[in-house]
Amino acid sequence: MTDSNLTAVAMSGGLDSSVTAWLLARQGVPVVGLSMLLWDHSGVESNGRCCGALDLGDARRVAQQAGIPHYTLRMDREFREKVVDPFVEDYLAGRTPSPCVRCNTWVKFDLLLERARRFGAERVATGHYARIVEGPDGPELHTAVDTDKDQSYYLFELTAEQLAASLFPLGEMTKPQVRELAREAGLVVAEKGESMEVCFVAGGVREFVEEQVAADPGRYTAAASAEPAVLVDTEGRELGSGQPYYRYTVGQRRGLGLAAPSPLYVLAIEPRENRVVVGGENDLLAPGLRGERLHWIGPDPEGEVEATVKIRSRHPGVPSRIRPSGDGRVEIDFATPQRGITPGQAAVFYQGTRVLGGCWIEGRL
Amino acid sequence: MDPIDLRPIYLDHNATTPLHPRVREAMLPWIGELHGNPSSLHRFGQAARNAVEEAREKVAALIGGRPPEVVFTASGTEANNAVLAHVARQAGGGHLAISAIEHPSIREGAARLEKEGWEVTRVSPGGDGVVPAAEVVRALRPDTRLVCLMLANNELGTLQPVAEVAAACRERGIPTLCDAVQAVGKIPVDAPRLGVDYLVLGAHKFNGPLGAAAVWVRKGAELSPLLVGGSQERRRRAGTENVPAIVGLGQAAAVAAEEMTERVAALASLRDRFEAELARRMPDVLFHCQASPRLPNTSHVAFPGLEGEALLIRLDLAGFAVSTGSACSSGAVEPSKTLLAAGIAPEEALSSLRVSFGITTGAQDVDAFLDALEREAEALRRVSPGSAMREVVA
Repeated sequence: MTDSNLTAVAMSGGLDSSVTAWLLARQGVPVVGLSMLLWDHSGVESNGRCCGALDLGDARRVAQQAGIPHYTLRMDREFREKVVDPFVEDYLAGRTPSPCVRCNTWVKFDLLLERARRFGAERVATGHYARIVEGPDGPELHTAVDTDKDQSYYLFELTAEQLAASLFPLGEMTKPQVRELAREAGLVVAEKGESMEVCFVAGGVREFVEEQVAADPGRYTAAASAEPAVLVDTEGRELGSGQPYYRYTVGQRRGLGLAAPSPLYVLAIEPRENRVVVGGENDLLAPGLRGERLHWIGPDPEGEVEATVKIRSRHPGVPSRIRPSGDGRVEIDFATPQRGITPGQAAVFYQGTRVLGGCWIEGRL
Repeated sequence: MDPIDLRPIYLDHNATTPLHPRVREAMLPWIGELHGNPSSLHRFGQAARNAVEEAREKVAALIGGRPPEVVFTASGTEANNAVLAHVARQAGGGHLAISAIEHPSIREGAARLEKEGWEVTRVSPGGDGVVPAAEVVRALRPDTRLVCLMLANNELGTLQPVAEVAAACRERGIPTLCDAVQAVGKIPVDAPRLGVDYLVLGAHKFNGPLGAAAVWVRKGAELSPLLVGGSQERRRRAGTENVPAIVGLGQAAAVAAEEMTERVAALASLRDRFEAELARRMPDVLFHCQASPRLPNTSHVAFPGLEGEALLIRLDLAGFAVSTGSACSSGAVEPSKTLLAAGIAPEEALSSLRVSFGITTGAQDVDAFLDALEREAEALRRVSPGSAMREVVA
């Protein structure tokens, strides 16, 4: 039977997932390599984007080197619905989205596992830098040994059930070790660079959003105003006008085009009013944040929780008190004020190396 | 169990076929000790020229034509494109009639002409997978410059009424292009008797090599070259001939001509054995176009409620290579345009497999495949609840 203990490896054609597949195959794990056709990059030959045709070719070649079967599954429609549409929608709503979290949760684990189960795979392995540790209440998500490469932030929406069906073989390794393994194995991707942050955007993110809206204006619920936004200060005084509102990000300093004695930053984006609020560095500081779609990997805790919270992927983390307020909402108090609370980004909760869960940032407290 | 340790059984002969040992033998000298440009005057060139002309005779003999009528190309796609381009250059504009189930080289070639101002009528097949001749005839107009109808459909295997359509076109002075790539070598094909003006065949569909194909051009019909820069093939196809592949094509044609009667009988027997036994074991399967005239080697079957792609992957993991229909360039699977054109619902199209037998297939392969198919379909059914069918955007 082919149903015995088969592991599907999500193969993007990049270095990390290639080494993952090769490692498992070398360990004698029955493996099938799967690549996902997520986005039509027709015409764009971009080695280094996770869904380009060249990279699918690399995945196929690595699979052959590793001696494992490999298939490409078409998931572009699901990717658009689950990742790209919400990404555009977020920008139009004045948020700065984090599409990789959604892609990981919905595409790489949910959908891929569902598809792979149909041909007998029982778990999905990926090249993420994170660890799954068996805890008293089931599998726990932990940071990678290589803290520089740690990707646990992007995985906070996984469930314990998903973790039980996942493998992250690179979590115990460092990136240089991974590259060295690829070189030793002679994998064709051994010298490949890092993949881009947002794989489906070839040029600028803002231009991408505009192209998508122009191509199908009825697709998005948020009405985009392409008129220049009004820049106002914290008292509501008009300071000038700039670009359309969705071209700004909270915390942004450059490109505001305003003359001021001290540097100005974007504090808030108000799509309905087509306004962008700017202020000084101190105005960026917030004592806490409001979040929605609160998610716990393990069982829901009772009452408040003390944890270190990362408010963006490269944030060092701040000791915080997490106060769930019901209905998936949450308020978080920081031990010290933080700058750059960006709506649309994820806030992820850590205790030591363990990821407890997280939420999506709505705004500051 | 490690899936790659299995010796795979190949049941995808409509995609391509293994090289016949006699073809390989004929080619070996031309990728070994022999070489030469057929256009050169010296003895090296003469030997290559003779090899190419001998191949031309064999190809002509297979399809009942005369050697000067055979033009070698690198692929069936090239040949189809060359004919379309020739007609477009000659006529400058007008109307094309094609069937809706043509190979993409014709479908997309016609679509390109459409963008350039041509009008194109696409005639759909009936539910039997056969394009009605009367419908094609009805599509003809005074300004129709070309009619394209394939002889055998690559997916369903159905045979199309080419002779009938060609006769009607001849009466009206309209040239016809018959893409016979899936038919030649599998069933007897007589190009002059079909009455078409152009007939295309490809070596690798009948145990010849990749990289050699031909278009038969009726005497009196013209073909101007797609590429310019050489007077090869009587100025109908520029570029130095691919001598080893052409030699292979010639030998594949000779072998096919010799073996044709037994080949047809053997293929039909394998296919009928497969279909009868599968219907007995899995009564809910649906054979597409089973009652239609069709190739002896092709079986197209739907497994209601199962995802064809997942079944294909399961079978490949178990060591059996089949197809779900046309694959796109990246290797991902889409609902087949041919099946949709034949009125097959998208869900049913996506739950279908194409099994195509070949001259290397044995009865024991069919039996092993039946066991695997029954087992894998059952396993897939266990993990796919009825609602798990992938939704389809038609």
